[in-house]
Amino acid sequence: MSSGSIKVILEKCTGCTLCTRVCPFGAIQMADKKAVIDLAKCTLCGACVDSCKFQAIILEKGASVKKDLSAYKDVWVFCEQKKGVIQTISFELLGEGKKLVGKLGGKLCAVILGSGIGGKADELASRGADKVYMVDAPALASYQDDPYTNVLVDLVKEYKPEVLLCGATTIGRSLISRVAVRVNAGLTADCTGLDIDTKERLLLQTRPAFGGNIMATIITPNHRPQMSTVRHKVMKEAEVDRSRKAEVVKKTYGEDLLRSRTKLLDIVEEIEETVNLAEADIIVSGGRGLANPDNFSVVRDLAKVLGAAVGASRSAVDANWIPYSHQVGQTGKTVCPKLYIACGISGQIQHLIGMQSSKVIVAINKDPDAPIFKVATYGIVGDIFEVVPALTKEFSKILKK
Amino acid sequence: MHIIVCIKQVPNTTDVRIDPVKNTLIREGVESVINPFDTYAIEEAVLLKERFGGKVTVVTMGPPQAESALKEAISLGCDEAILVSDRKFAGSDTWATSYTLACSIKKIGTFDLILCGKQASDGDTAQVGPGISTHLDIPQVTYVKKVEDISGNKAKVERMTEEGYDVIETPLPCLMTVVKEINTPRLPSLKGMMKAKSAKITKWTADDIKCDPKSIGLDGSPTRVVKIFTPPPRKGGEVLKGDAGEIASRVAGLLKDIVI
Repeated sequence: MSSGSIKVILEKCTGCTLCTRVCPFGAIQMADKKAVIDLAKCTLCGACVDSCKFQAIILEKGASVKKDLSAYKDVWVFCEQKKGVIQTISFELLGEGKKLVGKLGGKLCAVILGSGIGGKADELASRGADKVYMVDAPALASYQDDPYTNVLVDLVKEYKPEVLLCGATTIGRSLISRVAVRVNAGLTADCTGLDIDTKERLLLQTRPAFGGNIMATIITPNHRPQMSTVRHKVMKEAEVDRSRKAEVVKKTYGEDLLRSRTKLLDIVEEIEETVNLAEADIIVSGGRGLANPDNFSVVRDLAKVLGAAVGASRSAVDANWIPYSHQVGQTGKTVCPKLYIACGISGQIQHLIGMQSSKVIVAINKDPDAPIFKVATYGIVGDIFEVVPALTKEFSKILKK
Repeated sequence: MHIIVCIKQVPNTTDVRIDPVKNTLIREGVESVINPFDTYAIEEAVLLKERFGGKVTVVTMGPPQAESALKEAISLGCDEAILVSDRKFAGSDTWATSYTLACSIKKIGTFDLILCGKQASDGDTAQVGPGISTHLDIPQVTYVKKVEDISGNKAKVERMTEEGYDVIETPLPCLMTVVKEINTPRLPSLKGMMKAKSAKITKWTADDIKCDPKSIGLDGSPTRVVKIFTPPPRKGGEVLKGDAGEIASRVAGLLKDIVI
């Protein structure tokens, strides 16, 4: 194999500067009216090659030996459970996995690890799984990196899935990164779009980068399984069909693989509302406009009526009005609910990065020039202490609470 | 105690703007900074050094200009800095990056703890930290929000979850990725800035870290970027002004289908 290389054919370059503007890494400068690529910054992504109207940039991605990948088949979904409850992200992945199976052929398989989970196979079957790989052991009751990694690696090596999907959750991101290294597979994080190139049997994985300012489509040409973590709430949950049955494969493992070097001493639940931000369909967030921590009650009241999760901007968290676990934005959580209501949040770029992919955004702010209005589906210019309680009242009427 | 901190230099997202006509990223004048999450890893390393003694080594893989990020880390209290830089690393995905950093850490020698930010703000993958611990075959704890105690080669930490946190005991050496809640990073001291100015940055190439040439750069990366595009920017919608009650009634009506 040879390393990749990129070069500009000077005779063809017209100095149009198109490539300098599309380069996501700022690696192209003009010198004497010709494009010059700074190889220290270039990641060989190829954005410039596509942009050049004169075919003046040539990218060689290295000739790789085509491996025989035909032993790998089926689409697997790692189904996360906490305290025996299958997390909704797993149903979203099963819904998406079914579409992929439709294009690739093979079976949709659910993988579940836990303790006392024997009854979960039917639930996974009802959500579309054709086959359920189940590992039931006390050591797997709660997530721990070592035993979960060991078991999943072993399953992958034995049964060879073509695609493996996992939620981009705290657990998923920790687990699957380790599995990818151990089985020498390609892994794409935080995907928001998946598709199949049916000719090459490639998973086309699309994900945001630079806080959603650019999107990249990524493939894994020569390694299997093709692994992705997928964001919450982007894919549609699989429908429930209780008449479906799945083949169940139960596996047992010895002490050596189930041993954990880390020890889980306690699980503490501290989120103040019962609704988990990442999984919420509706989020009501408060920002600096609330002026003091007591005023967060107007946000909580609206959230309560809507059955929504409570979010916050960084400034509200930094002021200690609400715990960090509620922070939405670049240094907090990225969310994409069906409805995001921003109360007294000005909309700094760091906040927008975390919520701008929400389907509908309602913003309430007294400053008509607040940046939040640039992304809001409905922008309400007004006093949050009048508008938010009025919304609470109206929604209570609609929902008859 | 020897703590190693892995950092990445990234473009400052606050500066990232989109050209409204061409819908592309404007990179001119965008400053490079230490990945915001890594600043918490640096601060935690320095806090632990202050609590338990020892030294902090900061390491980055990146282009030559990433040296400025390492100097900044020294101004914040790190003792030694290593820049792992080579054209052969170009095109590395998270697999190859974590392999390269793991090889570099093996060359550094013995350590008790590796700290990383939970993810980088440009790629947002959160894969490199767990990748390093796997290549080194050491335990990991991700999303750490508090290091309660370290004693007798064990650490007790709190790991942030969607619902709250887990309390975890881990043997050392191990790798932790940290979240913002763990501390408030200090500003560089005058003494630190003086130290950074004269600090010697160790520079290693691919040959120095004894890595398998087939496992680095593009060749060592299972994934390939096939397309990069800029999504259409989100457009602002309707702006409503006037009586709060009337607006609320109207908006609630428009959102009826979503909330029921």
